[in-house]
Amino acid sequence: MLDLAIETRELTRRFGAHAAVSNIDLAVPRGSVFGFLGPNGSGKTTTIRMLLGLVQPTTGESLVLGEHMPRAWRSVLPRVGALVEGPAFAPYLSGAANLMRLDAADRDGDRRSRRTRVETALGRVGLTHAAGKPVKAYSLGMKQRLGLANAMLRPRELLILDEPTNGLDPQGTREVRSLIRSFAADGTTVFVSSHLLAEIEQLCSHAAVMSAGAIVAQGTLDELRGPDATTVTVRTPDVEQAVRVLRSAGLEPTVAAVAAAAGSAPAAAAEGLISAALHLSATDADALVAALVTAGVRVRGFALDEPTLEDRFVALTGEGFDVVA
Amino acid sequence: MSSPEITRDPQSIAPVQPREKRRRLLGIDLVFSELTVLFRRRRSIAMLVAVALIPVLLAVAVALTAQELAPGEGPPFLDRVTQNGLFVGFAAMIIAIPLFLPLTVGVVAGDTIAGEASQGTLRYLLVAPAGRLRLLVVKFIGTVAWALAATLTLVVSGLIIGSILFPVGPVTLLSGDVVGLGESLGRVMLVALYASISLVGLSAVGLFISTLTDVPVGAMAATVIVPIVSQILDALPQLSAVHPYLLTHYWLGFADLLRNPIEWSSFTSNALLQLGYIVVFGSLAYSRFATKSILS
Repeated sequence: MLDLAIETRELTRRFGAHAAVSNIDLAVPRGSVFGFLGPNGSGKTTTIRMLLGLVQPTTGESLVLGEHMPRAWRSVLPRVGALVEGPAFAPYLSGAANLMRLDAADRDGDRRSRRTRVETALGRVGLTHAAGKPVKAYSLGMKQRLGLANAMLRPRELLILDEPTNGLDPQGTREVRSLIRSFAADGTTVFVSSHLLAEIEQLCSHAAVMSAGAIVAQGTLDELRGPDATTVTVRTPDVEQAVRVLRSAGLEPTVAAVAAAAGSAPAAAAEGLISAALHLSATDADALVAALVTAGVRVRGFALDEPTLEDRFVALTGEGFDVVA
Repeated sequence: MSSPEITRDPQSIAPVQPREKRRRLLGIDLVFSELTVLFRRRRSIAMLVAVALIPVLLAVAVALTAQELAPGEGPPFLDRVTQNGLFVGFAAMIIAIPLFLPLTVGVVAGDTIAGEASQGTLRYLLVAPAGRLRLLVVKFIGTVAWALAATLTLVVSGLIIGSILFPVGPVTLLSGDVVGLGESLGRVMLVALYASISLVGLSAVGLFISTLTDVPVGAMAATVIVPIVSQILDALPQLSAVHPYLLTHYWLGFADLLRNPIEWSSFTSNALLQLGYIVVFGSLAYSRFATKSILS
């Protein structure tokens, strides 16, 4: 059986009549970098708050690091580093003082090593020079880094990071990504929520997609991209011939559009777009072009479309990122 | 598939000494942290300065107006200030206990949970994890420490300004007995203790109100209103049946500490009453906070 860092069973949270999260079954394997995707208002943060014991579920249960949350918070939470819905600190305290305070709040935070651990964490996120400044003088990006430093004050088994690159400049975003990768390399499970698909694609081994409080897809990234991997599109006036060639190559082409080429002579009219799902690898695509040309098809355009997670995301959650009320 | 276990048991990071173990069990570090944060805040320092200014203003006003007050004129003890500087602290306490000291306690107690919630730090403290009960207890300890600090600031400031502006000597008590300087100082500290105890019930009320909202100013205002309402009710003779249970009923009873022998009955009644408020409002605060959804 797969060893899970986070497991929820029919986890549900209602606020009044509205179900913010309904019957979700998350399964986050240990050691994975797990992307938690969904448009705004889809219930990501409520789920994270339930995992951390901040919000009680209405029904269902969650196991974090193998123990029941919130019942076992005392033994679970010290092993979890978290960034929940943006960083938050006492504005009148320095960055270092804020971290010292949060570490003191953790009964297991060792006092003798506290200062060293705070300095190390600040160093890892590049805030050493600003350690003594009050947080109110920090930029959003600096606060975000401080939030990450807080999550890594102690060795953690699981990091739950809600939008960790929010507010960071491109340089900072890259640094955070490499930090996350280094945690993952150490064996820490990382659970990242984001609406930035590119980020999830670059970072994660697994992902779940939430929409309107429910999980609409979950698995490894390859599983999520779906079975029909690549699509090939051919633009040619010789539609019938091209279809025949594609069929003989074992594909199932569909004629997507036939449009009269504007302004050209009637003889050159009726240029068609043919697309087909390609189950083969890119080298077979090269052979396909050769076959088309050999058959005398006038290839005016040939494109290979690898489906991005974004296509899948939009397909699952609907265009427009509407907030579901 | 199983990834290597890093630190399943937090205690296994380093060997833990028995003393260290006890410290962790109580989580004393958070109390120190809370007190440091509370007393180093600019707002707290400003309030303590304001508290210290009360006896100063009072003493300066008395010293500048040459006219002697007739015995019994003005607030209690004020007529004695010119004869003995030690009375500045008592007179200032009479002035500050009905409104100004509870105001500062209301600010600190109302801010406890609601302030963390509005700042967003509540979720990080709980995820740390501070533990909900432990966080409430630590916040309550902080408020009680605040009440003690405020009353001590008041009487110490009174002693200092009183000894600068007026003669200081043996104190004639309300019972007519005269006690020496050393014992007088002891009585002054007893008065400060009495006033601090008077404010712990309000601290518990404020803590409870603070768990109800994410808006610290609202919690502060609501907490400050409680002693005002209580004092109004205490002044209505028609309600004499409930008077002994009112939060503020014994607040001015510290005068009994200025008799010989000391009249302890109001001290004891006050302490018991305040304990009752701690039990009732502490329980309410916990029952509210233990399962509260932290959405801030």
